[in-house]
Amino acid sequence: MEPILAPFKMPQPAPYQSKGLLGWLRINFFSSWFNSLITLVLIYIIFNLANFLIHWAFINAVWFGDSAKSCPDINAACWAFVTDRWRLFVYGLYPSELYWRVNIVYALAALTIISFLYSYGRWTKYFRITMIIIFPITAYIFLVGDAFDLKYVAPEEFGGLLLTLVIASIAILGSIPLGLILALGRTSDLKVISKVCTYFIEFWRGVPHIVIIVMFVALLPIFIPDGAGIDVVVRAFIAFAAFNSAYMAEVFRGGLQSIPIGQFEASRAIGMSYWKMMGYIILPQAIRNSIPALMNTCIMIFKETTIVMLIGFSDLLGIIQISLESSDWIGPPHIFSSAYTFAALIYFIFTFGMSKYSRRLENRSNIEQQ
Amino acid sequence: MRFLNSKIGRLTVMSAAIASLGIMATAAKADRLADVKKAGILHCGVVPGVPGYAFPNKAGKMVGFDVDLCRAIAAAVLGDADKIKTTKMKLPVAFNAMKAGTVDVVTHRFTWTFARDVGQGLDFTRVMVFDGQGFMVRKSLGVKSAKELDGATFCMSAGATTQGNVSDYFRKNGMKFKQVTFGSMGEAQKAYDAKRCDAFCTDKFGLGARRLAMTNPDEHMILPETISNEPISPMVGHGDQVWKDIVVWTFNALIAAEEFGITSKNVDKMRSSAKNPFVQRILGTTGKFGAKIGLGKDWAYNAIKAVGNYGEMWEKHLGKDSRLNMPRGKNVLHTKGGLLISPPFR
Repeated sequence: MEPILAPFKMPQPAPYQSKGLLGWLRINFFSSWFNSLITLVLIYIIFNLANFLIHWAFINAVWFGDSAKSCPDINAACWAFVTDRWRLFVYGLYPSELYWRVNIVYALAALTIISFLYSYGRWTKYFRITMIIIFPITAYIFLVGDAFDLKYVAPEEFGGLLLTLVIASIAILGSIPLGLILALGRTSDLKVISKVCTYFIEFWRGVPHIVIIVMFVALLPIFIPDGAGIDVVVRAFIAFAAFNSAYMAEVFRGGLQSIPIGQFEASRAIGMSYWKMMGYIILPQAIRNSIPALMNTCIMIFKETTIVMLIGFSDLLGIIQISLESSDWIGPPHIFSSAYTFAALIYFIFTFGMSKYSRRLENRSNIEQQ
Repeated sequence: MRFLNSKIGRLTVMSAAIASLGIMATAAKADRLADVKKAGILHCGVVPGVPGYAFPNKAGKMVGFDVDLCRAIAAAVLGDADKIKTTKMKLPVAFNAMKAGTVDVVTHRFTWTFARDVGQGLDFTRVMVFDGQGFMVRKSLGVKSAKELDGATFCMSAGATTQGNVSDYFRKNGMKFKQVTFGSMGEAQKAYDAKRCDAFCTDKFGLGARRLAMTNPDEHMILPETISNEPISPMVGHGDQVWKDIVVWTFNALIAAEEFGITSKNVDKMRSSAKNPFVQRILGTTGKFGAKIGLGKDWAYNAIKAVGNYGEMWEKHLGKDSRLNMPRGKNVLHTKGGLLISPPFR
C-alpha cells in the first residue's frame, strides 16, 4: 500500500498584522489601493483646511484694536472687533455703571444650571426647587430694578446675549407649563375645552412668527390707545411664549398619545380621579417620552430669538450687526465674517449644552425605567 | 383649568380691542411739551443703519449725528442732554411709531417727500442734511458716467426713496435697469461686494462710508452724477405746532450758532461778553425767546453747550474727527455758498 501523503502545501506569507495601531490603520484606511487613495486625498484636504483655519483664526489674526484700521489683512480673522465691543455683546445697551447687576444675574443663572447638573444627596431636590422659584424673581429685581433703591432700567435697554437669554428663558419656561395645559386641554373629553385648545394651538402654529411679532410690537399700539399699552419688550415676550406654547402643546400631545390606552383604563379601574391618573400614571411616562422632541423645541426657540431683530431689538446677533456698521468698524468683509463666526460659536455653545443636557435626561429616565 | 379660562379672558380682551380699532381714536397727543416735561425724558426714534448717525459705542451708549440732534432737543427742553431714551427701529416701524405717538421725535435720516409729509400724520421739521443719491460701481466696469449704466443691475435696500429715484432717472433717460432689493443697506452692500450687482446706490453721504466696507475699496468708484435731491429732516407727529416750533428752532439755533461763531467751548464766554444782539438773543441774555416757546431762557445755550454748533456736530460724527471723513458738500452755511440757513432770531 502506498502511504497516504498529506497534500504538499507551499509556504504561506505571514498573515497581515491585524492588531495594534498598524493593523488598525491597514484594515480601516489602507485595505485596498482605492481606499488608500481616498485616505491620502482626505488627509491632504484636512491638513490644508486645518492649516488655513489655524492661520486664519490664530496665527495671523488680530486680537486687539479700536477700529477697522487695525485689521488690514483680509485673509485673517479680526477678533479685535469682538474684544473691542464685547461689553455690547454681553450687556447690550444696559447702563455701564450697572453692569454688576447683570453680573449677579449671570452668576445666579450659572448656579441654577449647575444645581441641575450635579446631585448632592437628599437636599438636591429642595435646593433645585428653591433656585427655580428664587431665580426669576431675583433676576427680575436686579435686571429691571425699581425696587430696593435699585435704579429702574427699561427692558428695552437689554441687548446682546442678555436679551437673547432673557427671551429664550421666558419663552422656554413660559411655554412648557402652558403647552402642557394646552395638550391636556386638547386631549380632554370635554368638547368645549378641547375645541378651544385646538383652535388656540392651530392659530399660533399657523401664523408665521414674524407676522405675530410685528403684530404685537408694531401694530398693537395703534389699535390700543397707550393707556392699555404694555411695555414693548414685554409684548415681545408674551408673543414668544404664546406661539411656542402651541408647539410645546403638540410635543406633549405626542407624548400623551404614546401611552397605551390600557394605562388609562387601568388607572380608572382602580378608582383614580382624572388628576390623580394624570399626575401619577400618565404624565410621568408621557413627559419622559417627550424629552427628545421637547429639547428639540427648546433649541429651536433659543435660535429663533434672533427674529426680534426685525422689530429693532438688538439681541446678540442684532447688536453684532449694528456694531459692524458703526463708523469705527465699518470695513471689509473679513471683519463681519469674524464677527459672525464668533456669534455662531456662542450660539453653538448654548445649543450644544442644551442637547448634552437632554441626552443626560434621557439616559437618567431610561435607567429609572429599567 | 383656571389657567385656561384666564387665557381665554385675555384673548377676548385682546380681540375686542383689535375689533374696535376703527372706533378708537389713535393717540394724537395734544400737548407733547407738557408730556415730555412731565416724563422728564425725551423719547427719540433712531434707525441704526447709516454709519455715523446712530450707533452704540463701546460702552453701550448710542452716539452719532442723529443722536446729537435728539440730545440738543433734550438739552433745550429738559436742560439735560442725557435725558433721552433712544428707541432703535426698523424703517417701516419708524413711521408707525411716530403715528402711534410712542416717540416724541424721529431723528433718522428720512428724506422729506410729498407722500410722507402729507396725510401720514407726520410733520417734517427742517432739513438738517442736504444729500443726493449716487452710484458706486467697480472701476473694472469701465463706466465714467451714470448715463452709461443702461441695462445694469442695482443692489438697493427696500423701503427707502432709492428705488423710486433710480426708476425715475432711468425712465427720464430712456434706459433700462434691473434691481435686487434687500432688507437693509448693509445686506445690499454685501451683495454688491459679492458681485451680485453691477452697481450699488444710496445717498452719497452713505456711499463714502460703504466704500470702506468693500473687500477692496480701491476697486470701486463713485460716479459723479447725483440723481436726486434728498433733503433729510427729522420728524414729529402732526398737529402739535408748539412742539414742532420747539424742535425746528432748536435746530435753527445750532445752525445760527455756527454762523455767529458760537461753539460748545466758547459759549459761556459768548454769553457773558458778546455784543452781537443776535448772539444775545440766541443765548437768552436779551429778549424772552425761550419763554415764547414754553422753555427756559437758556434753552439754546443748553443745546449748543451739549452738542456744539452744526459744524462741530458734523466734524465729530461724519467729518474730519471721525473715520468717515466726509466733506460737507452743500451742508455749509449760505454765507459760504452752501444751503444751510437759519431764519433770523429776531
